[in-house]
Amino acid sequence: MTHHPHPLNPRVSFAECPARERIALLFDEDTFKEWITPAQRVMSPHLAQLGVPSSFDDGVAIGEARLDGHTVFVAAQEGEFMGGGVGEVHGAKLVGLFKRALRDRPAAVVLLAESGGVRLHEANAGLIAVSEVMRALLDVRAAGIPVIVLIGGANGCFGGMGIVARCADHIVMSDIGRLAMSGPEVIEASHGVEEFDSRDRALVWRTTGGKHRYLLGDCDQLVDDDVQAFRAAAIAALAKRRPLSADVLEKEHALLAQRLVDGRETRDAVELWQRIGVTQAARVPDMNATQVRALRSREESTQ
Amino acid sequence: MTWSDVLTQLFGGAHDVRADADFLSGTATFDGQPLTVVGTTHHAPIGFALALRQARVVLDTVAQHPGRAILLLIDTQGQQLRRHDELLGINRAMAHLGCCIDLARRRGHRVIGLVYDQALSGGFITSGLIADGCYALPEAEIRVMRIPAMARVTKLSEEFLTALSKTSPVFAPGVQNYVRMGGVRDLWSGDLQACLRDALATTPTEDVRAADGYLRGGRKVAAAVVEQVLAA
Repeated sequence: MTHHPHPLNPRVSFAECPARERIALLFDEDTFKEWITPAQRVMSPHLAQLGVPSSFDDGVAIGEARLDGHTVFVAAQEGEFMGGGVGEVHGAKLVGLFKRALRDRPAAVVLLAESGGVRLHEANAGLIAVSEVMRALLDVRAAGIPVIVLIGGANGCFGGMGIVARCADHIVMSDIGRLAMSGPEVIEASHGVEEFDSRDRALVWRTTGGKHRYLLGDCDQLVDDDVQAFRAAAIAALAKRRPLSADVLEKEHALLAQRLVDGRETRDAVELWQRIGVTQAARVPDMNATQVRALRSREESTQ
Repeated sequence: MTWSDVLTQLFGGAHDVRADADFLSGTATFDGQPLTVVGTTHHAPIGFALALRQARVVLDTVAQHPGRAILLLIDTQGQQLRRHDELLGINRAMAHLGCCIDLARRRGHRVIGLVYDQALSGGFITSGLIADGCYALPEAEIRVMRIPAMARVTKLSEEFLTALSKTSPVFAPGVQNYVRMGGVRDLWSGDLQACLRDALATTPTEDVRAADGYLRGGRKVAAAVVEQVLAA
């Protein structure tokens, strides 16, 4: 493996690692046991029919591992394969993982999400699969087993998986991670370049990126693009179970209703940050994750 | 069929459901029992605000009317494709709607989805697809995207996709395909009251869609893969 931490340069980019390497570096050494391995070739029956290359794991690795000594269940989506798109098999592996978690009660389920959402090549099956993942995830959360989502891949976490992520107990993002619904290209194609210029990287990141999501509270922790930083954040999140209740959802509703007021008639992130009281909002795009973390802790301490 | 025609067939005059722009809400009486109705019309794009409005109705039903059944009326072109909504976190608002419906189910409310006109992708995942069960009218349309758009994204020819859509339910639009894949439990035709009565009485609270998809031959591997993970 090429990405093993070097004593003089310990930082390994989470974004640049493939899914299995993320798992190998993030969890306790040599503890990952994969279920349905690539050797078993459980592959999409639909891609072959379309003449499109398949993958031996349908773009997701699942299994169990240890995290700081605790047994956790793990799924890692491979963004390099069809953008992490959810097809029938990919989705069923995730559903199986959550159902097994409900049965075996691990300390947590950790989902390394990297996905454009539903895989259009098997669109209907993918759409139903994503909703099955949602229901299975919410069963696990309701059982008091925390679901922790890590987002830091180059493809971001979009579409149905962006919804799935927000159904979890806890979200960790890096500043280069993105969490949203529709990709900027889709919005541009639908409403024009003046609505959303998908080639304006700064605009894309301040609208959907980790720093923005952290300042709004859409992710719980913001980390550097470093596998060990994700590991530390995942360990910290093991104790952060947050079962849903009517009270929790009423609070969520009030928060979102307030956001609708704060965000009235703007589509600009800096303006929204100013309105919610982020100091030095205009400088946020130039800040690193540590500096942005300091902004929110100041905000929280004054509340 | 329009939403008001659907409601007239289901409840006669025994409902006070009103449209406010694209948003539908109200209460109906069915077989002597009150029932919450919430949904959208005019092929509504589901944005941040519209997701919240629907969530509010579900939360109010849970808070004020424990156990009352909820009927979701679905007609949407999918999620709102706007930068404003993305900035605010439309995925979080939609997840919230889904979580509210999920909470209602867990608290013993029957939640039935009905696609009476059109259902697309993001607008469908956190409504009908997270209900106890989703049903559709035969003339309704369900899809992720149209074949021309799909051809652009997948770089496969329209002719090829159109031909394949006749044999493969997995990516071709169509309500019948969703029935075969287990995503839609059944089509409602004829006596809609009998359909709703049956749905309220027999829709399972467990998620049986993968098993249905296998039995109906439209989604042949999902259920087996889930079993394989459980046995691994």
